[in-house]
Amino acid sequence: MPGGYSDKVMEHFAHPRNVGVIEDPSGVGKVGNPICGDIMELFIKVENNIITDAKFRTFGCGAAIATSSMVTEMVKGKTIEEALQLSNKAVAEALDGLPPVKMHCSVLAEDALKSAIDDYLKKTTGKGLPGFKPHEEHD
Amino acid sequence: MKKIYMDYAATTPTHPEVIDAMKPYFSDKFGNPSSIHSFGREAKKAIDEARDNIAGFIGARSDEIIFTSGGTEADNFALEGIAYANEKKGNHIVSTPIEHHAVTNCLGFLKRRGFDITYVPVDGTGSVDPEDIRKAITDKTILVSVMHANNEIGTIEPIAEVGKICREKGVYFHTDAVQTFGHMPIDVRKLNIDLLSASAHKLYGPKGVGMIYIRKGIKIVPYLHGGEQEAGKRASTENVPGIVGFAKAVEIAKGEMGQLDAKLSGLRDKLMKGILSRIEDSRLNGHPTKRLSNNVNVSISYIEGESMLLRLDMEGIAGSTGSACSSGSLEPSHVLLAIGLGHEMAHSSLRLTLGGWTTEEEVDQVLEVLPKVVNKLREMSPLKR
Repeated sequence: MPGGYSDKVMEHFAHPRNVGVIEDPSGVGKVGNPICGDIMELFIKVENNIITDAKFRTFGCGAAIATSSMVTEMVKGKTIEEALQLSNKAVAEALDGLPPVKMHCSVLAEDALKSAIDDYLKKTTGKGLPGFKPHEEHD
Repeated sequence: MKKIYMDYAATTPTHPEVIDAMKPYFSDKFGNPSSIHSFGREAKKAIDEARDNIAGFIGARSDEIIFTSGGTEADNFALEGIAYANEKKGNHIVSTPIEHHAVTNCLGFLKRRGFDITYVPVDGTGSVDPEDIRKAITDKTILVSVMHANNEIGTIEPIAEVGKICREKGVYFHTDAVQTFGHMPIDVRKLNIDLLSASAHKLYGPKGVGMIYIRKGIKIVPYLHGGEQEAGKRASTENVPGIVGFAKAVEIAKGEMGQLDAKLSGLRDKLMKGILSRIEDSRLNGHPTKRLSNNVNVSISYIEGESMLLRLDMEGIAGSTGSACSSGSLEPSHVLLAIGLGHEMAHSSLRLTLGGWTTEEEVDQVLEVLPKVVNKLREMSPLKR
């Protein structure tokens, strides 16, 4: 297995935050596919334009689980606009870095978040996130 | 926490008696076997004896054994050596899609240089049908390469039948026996094997040494060009301590093989059945009975292999997986795809391989811990309904 997971990655992998589903979510994002071995499902609860809760379910490697955990932690309390500023690099940095072959997991985490916000915007405004297209096709 | 090692197919610990046998050849008996003086002669005698013992172990002649740096070199030597020595006869090689990368990637290299490769498919258990091999052989075929047993799923291939067909057809037969050498009896004459690859560190020998058996009279191009070592077929000063250690490992295997095989197949079956009965939506990969006595390979639905390995490792248990996420490539194991597993199930594979130091308590401990690890990961999985 690719070595070099930081202690922070291992800590989030061992004790992932916010695992599960939100009943009646404001937005859901599901990205990735079984072919590449990663699927992330991200749920957000939005109240007054602020993300008050976030949960995830992930099929994937250690990095996929750790980035899912980290992204849910990072978005809680942020406004939609602030959450949209969250980049995959910021998620990776918050985990003290990822091995190069695992950077795609952080991209997936960013995609999952954007996809959830896209879903939320569609539901509330009828229009999705302008220009949003996930990196990988999903079912 | 006492650690549990269940990755013997990756490598084995070096047997203490092997280490003892090797030690003098680093210090007192350090001579170069090519030197004429007593230091050299002493080293030469050691590798000659090692060669005799290893040859005898598989029913070969001593001059048919060439020491290499390991299994990969032996595989590359066999394929490239036969291909380039027999180009005039033909450019076609027959193999299977489940060979080790030391074979498949070497065949890929030969393909890019104009050789024609046919991969005869395997069935859902990973077994090749010898009749399919027969049908694949043409008048351009120079070599058939079929592994003795698969390193991932443990399936034992019908190499006696394949060898017979190759001999009838006048085509060279190579087998990668890295997983079986020292674990199962092999007689190269009875099995009609022309070339065989083996590696010491899979049978409690040291890393960095292996061998290739090349039947006398086979047309093959030398692998390393230089001095006259290894009958001019593989130049470079011999790895004397490694070769001595390899022979010692073979000597131990000769005495303990049958007993170990019986012990391991019992533990393997307990582990295999235990996993399949305790974990729902799990399946066995590889042949149910014609499999290596130490190999368990399962796919556990809805969860990914690397996550499983990391969680098991946190509990002190060392295993392996065919998931892409563990290798850094995007594709999961070519072996699991070749036996018809979907990508999802290939990413969900777990291989546990047992060995000489495995105990029943360890098997029980794994059967205790694994379902918990699986449940924990399934709670996180979007695939589990």
